[in-house]
Amino acid sequence: MVPIPHYLTLAAVLFCMGMLGVLVRRNALVVFMCIELMLNAANLTFLAFARMRGDLSGHLSAFFIIAVAAAEAAIGLAIVIAVFRSRGTVDIGDIKTLKH
Amino acid sequence: MTAQEVLFWLFAAGTVGSAAGVIAAKSPITSAMSLVATFFFLAGIYVLLWAHTIAVLQVLVYAGAIMVLFLFVIMLLSLTDTGLKGPRLTFGRIVGALAAAGLLAVLVASIRELPTDQSAVDLPPAQAATFGSLHELGKLLYGTWLLPFEAVSLLLLVAIVGAVVVAKPRI
Repeated sequence: MVPIPHYLTLAAVLFCMGMLGVLVRRNALVVFMCIELMLNAANLTFLAFARMRGDLSGHLSAFFIIAVAAAEAAIGLAIVIAVFRSRGTVDIGDIKTLKH
Repeated sequence: MTAQEVLFWLFAAGTVGSAAGVIAAKSPITSAMSLVATFFFLAGIYVLLWAHTIAVLQVLVYAGAIMVLFLFVIMLLSLTDTGLKGPRLTFGRIVGALAAAGLLAVLVASIRELPTDQSAVDLPPAQAATFGSLHELGKLLYGTWLLPFEAVSLLLLVAIVGAVVVAKPRI
């Protein structure tokens, strides 16, 4: 029987790795992937607490997070394509102005 | 060590290792492939938490649909090697690493504050047999959570329309 704090610690590590990637990487696509990592860490926390309390609501929260992540990925990648079309780059260091 | 513990440490090491691959990989394709591996390892962790329905959804939606979307965009933009250029250790990166390490320290400290006796309630056998099954989830989803469920369907519709509007050069 693995204690629940182990799962929570794994989720914390995963979240911080995602945050590190968002702060450190310059490629907008990789930043998006790191955001997905952070969302997955949140999912893992929900599922760990659901198991701890024997409550299925945590599973449904994870379900909704997956749906929101799908919507976020679709919109985010559309924005990346639109930015690439107008600027020719996806390096977030080079995208500094709102107008072009 | 029980089989469950062995599997947990195996999946946890795989998750952290492939997540490190996502951050460290030079090419976006390698990042995307590491992310797929992360999702599969995480699905294993979810099964250990008796969330097999969510684990299946994770593989279907994340590793299937979302990652295909990512790979399509990477290939569409034909990005090859835009990863780490210029100086590797900039001021912003050091501050970012420190911020992430600080957040991790705070989170781990607060997890240690949790009461230790609260590790996984023992459910009665009848409930344990159906915990996390599609049947039980569906009963909750179409009962208590019906309004959020419908809201999510609207959100997905808006996302589809929004993606088309944003990505098309002219409507």
